[in-house]
Amino acid sequence: MAGKLRSALGRLPIVHQYRQSVGLQRGMLTAGLVLCAVFVISALFAPWIAPYGFAQLSQDGERFGAQQPPSAEHLLGTTVGGYDVLSRVIWGSQTALLVIVIAVLLSIFLGILLGLISGYLGGWLDRVLVVIADAIYAFPTLLLAIVAAIVISGGRSSLLGGVFAAAVSITVVFIPQYFRVIRAETVRIKSEAFVESAKVIGASTPRIMFRHVFRNATRTLPLIFTLNSSEAILTLAGLGFLGFGIEPSSGAEWGYDLNRSIADVTSGIWWTSVFPGLAIVLVVLGITLVGESLNDLADPRLRTRRRAAATPADAVAQSTPIAREELGEVK
Amino acid sequence: MGTPATAQESLAVEIRDLGITFATDGGDVRAVRGIDLDVRRGEVLAIVGESGSGKTVTGRSILGLLPETARVDGAVLLTGTDVVGLSGEKLRALRGPAAAMIFQEPSTALNPVYTVGWQLAEGLRAHGNVSKAEARATAIETLRRVGIPDPEHRVDDYPHMFSGGQKQRIVIAMALALRPSVIIADEPTTALDVTVQAEILDLLRDLRDEIGTAIVLITHNMGVVADLADRVAVMYRGDIVETAPVRELFAAPQHEYTKQLLAAVPRLEIADRAYTGAEGAEPAVAARDLEITYPGRLGRKPFRAVHGATFDIRPGEVVGLVGESGSGKTTIGRAMAGLTRVTGGSLRVLGAELADGAKTLKDVRRDLGFVFQDPASSFNPLLTIADCIAEPLVVHGVAANAAAARDKVDELLAAVQLPGDYGDRFPHELSGGQRQRASLARALALDPKFLIADEPTSALDVSVQAKVLDLFAELQERFGFACLFITHDLAVVDLLAHRVVVLHKGAIAEQGPTAQVLGAPQDPYTQRLIAALPVPDPEEQAARRAARA
Repeated sequence: MAGKLRSALGRLPIVHQYRQSVGLQRGMLTAGLVLCAVFVISALFAPWIAPYGFAQLSQDGERFGAQQPPSAEHLLGTTVGGYDVLSRVIWGSQTALLVIVIAVLLSIFLGILLGLISGYLGGWLDRVLVVIADAIYAFPTLLLAIVAAIVISGGRSSLLGGVFAAAVSITVVFIPQYFRVIRAETVRIKSEAFVESAKVIGASTPRIMFRHVFRNATRTLPLIFTLNSSEAILTLAGLGFLGFGIEPSSGAEWGYDLNRSIADVTSGIWWTSVFPGLAIVLVVLGITLVGESLNDLADPRLRTRRRAAATPADAVAQSTPIAREELGEVK
Repeated sequence: MGTPATAQESLAVEIRDLGITFATDGGDVRAVRGIDLDVRRGEVLAIVGESGSGKTVTGRSILGLLPETARVDGAVLLTGTDVVGLSGEKLRALRGPAAAMIFQEPSTALNPVYTVGWQLAEGLRAHGNVSKAEARATAIETLRRVGIPDPEHRVDDYPHMFSGGQKQRIVIAMALALRPSVIIADEPTTALDVTVQAEILDLLRDLRDEIGTAIVLITHNMGVVADLADRVAVMYRGDIVETAPVRELFAAPQHEYTKQLLAAVPRLEIADRAYTGAEGAEPAVAARDLEITYPGRLGRKPFRAVHGATFDIRPGEVVGLVGESGSGKTTIGRAMAGLTRVTGGSLRVLGAELADGAKTLKDVRRDLGFVFQDPASSFNPLLTIADCIAEPLVVHGVAANAAAARDKVDELLAAVQLPGDYGDRFPHELSGGQRQRASLARALALDPKFLIADEPTSALDVSVQAKVLDLFAELQERFGFACLFITHDLAVVDLLAHRVVVLHKGAIAEQGPTAQVLGAPQDPYTQRLIAALPVPDPEEQAARRAARA
């Protein structure tokens, strides 16, 4: 039973790849996974982890004060608006996670369905959809996001309004990406012998599409999923930075905090900008590391493998030159 | 280096205790297990074996052309230098002047964006200070040597302007350019048609005789071995089980595996398989002036793949459709299954007229089976074998779902001699031969009246091929289906077919009972085809070669 569970676990997307990885690739994947885990945990448990609320200005009737340097009460100091930086950084992860989830949920289903239909049926429908997808590609995400923000909430918005503005604009840009990838895979798989054999058997088109093509076409999804997640966060931060984000009283958002800290930088107040900025960098880095590692591991040509272990004597021989170099010996 | 000069003089390559291990996802795989092998100067040494026997990696280790995941033990002495562990500049200095390689697929071994002259000169200029003009002159000379007509002009042509056989000649020219002491030829004729194969084999023999280059010929085709080799090393699961001069090996194989291998090679014996069905019965398939044209791309002429084909397949009759690549044989098979449109004439399959569109095939689909060439790709990799075999039953409403069809599936698996629990495996967990059996089981699931088999055994090793063909013949007797058997291998047709149709450039060159077509061919093309087929017997092959010249 335990063995069965283990092998079932081993087939899960990330667990499976983690087992395959060795060396530097495993290091990259581990770093990415750790960063992502910290991100998700802080998002889910923000109310318990963060010392204060995201819009809290005072504790026990005593105001925090603006631009206070890091101290025992405020580990990362306070912002120009008088908020606790650490709390805003932690709460900000919640907003970011929300954007990722909504953006991906909105785009993934439609993108996959359209890609499957377009790729398998081909013809004029395929051509029209590809042209539309290309046209959308030409749109800058941020511009689209600004328009969406204005349409949805008149520019200044609540937490959900801001999140949806970012998510919708990202969705519009994501759908063509999922569409493209699934379509390309579908076109490839369509000409495989097993699809033809299903045709010869007399299986109906929807049956071939969903039973035979769909499951074989979804291999690369985890990869685009991770890459798009990081793009979603960057778009949200960009919106906030430009002032189309979320009101500080309705949600914490890293981009907005960065925007408010521009003036601080010149006056030597570093803590208001460094930490939200670092949060953005680390989360995007973490997700990208996971995505890139998954990509490399999915491709047998890019995947590094542990070298075939030889006899113990060979292992010693292999490690000896390295040991010499470590000792500083010059050849 | 350290080796005595006497040993060096007669040996081009000396392999001592060579072991190659690959690190894979499933653990270490020992591809070659401590083999010893010598290649003498000026001889053709054939390394034969089935896929996975380690013959290709052995050949590649001579050039140090192994992937990073490989670990090599032992020694490979190439003109006195140990290649194992060599890298970078030193290895590069050996590649070309000491050893060169001829690849299997000539169309991918040449870079499509450079002229063949440039590619030939590249090797020359990489090894020594050669001027552009000199390199070009050598390139032209080498091209002439390998029999490319008008080399002065053709040296500036791009690879796509040459035919497959010519491309292989160019690849050989590239290998020859630096006069290496040994050439590794990895399945040099496998991708080529038999008539072209015969020419390339002649060329290789001439080169060996004139230049004295040793050739390591890696192949699975015993006919090629009989034609070209001086000595043969038989590999089995990473070991050399037998090494012998070619005549000795064919006449008196010592090792059990060699005997099996030779016994499994299909031979052209002109066995007449009499058709036992009713003579006047309505044919299962009737083609009349069949024409199939592929629409051309924008601004290009449409391509006529098949024209004027007229033939019948009677119920319970096996018709072998033979021809070289591009002859339209696969197109005809695909058209019968409704995968390619019929553009002219008439094609009736089980009473459905396909010239009216593939929709008419809908009612007879369940009486139609199809076995694909490559068993690896003809199964959905995410479904179990049982699910795949149950698919036709489910689609045609015979069973509600795959689980309900399981009894029937087990019955089918038994019919193709696979254990019932193989049904729970995934396609990649089966070997090629097992997959092709499963593929047969799927095709037979609905008890078809007509089966199309498109090169069902060409992706398999000879011994596996022999078993699958036996099984095929047995099932055909038992179920009595009519069959179109598409193949390029005349010996396979000889074994199975009642009648043979020979296709040449989209038209039927000759058709008739098997014994008549193969035994007393009337058409010059059929005669050439049969003459070019290498016979797995060195004595007879030498006689045939003499007769040809």
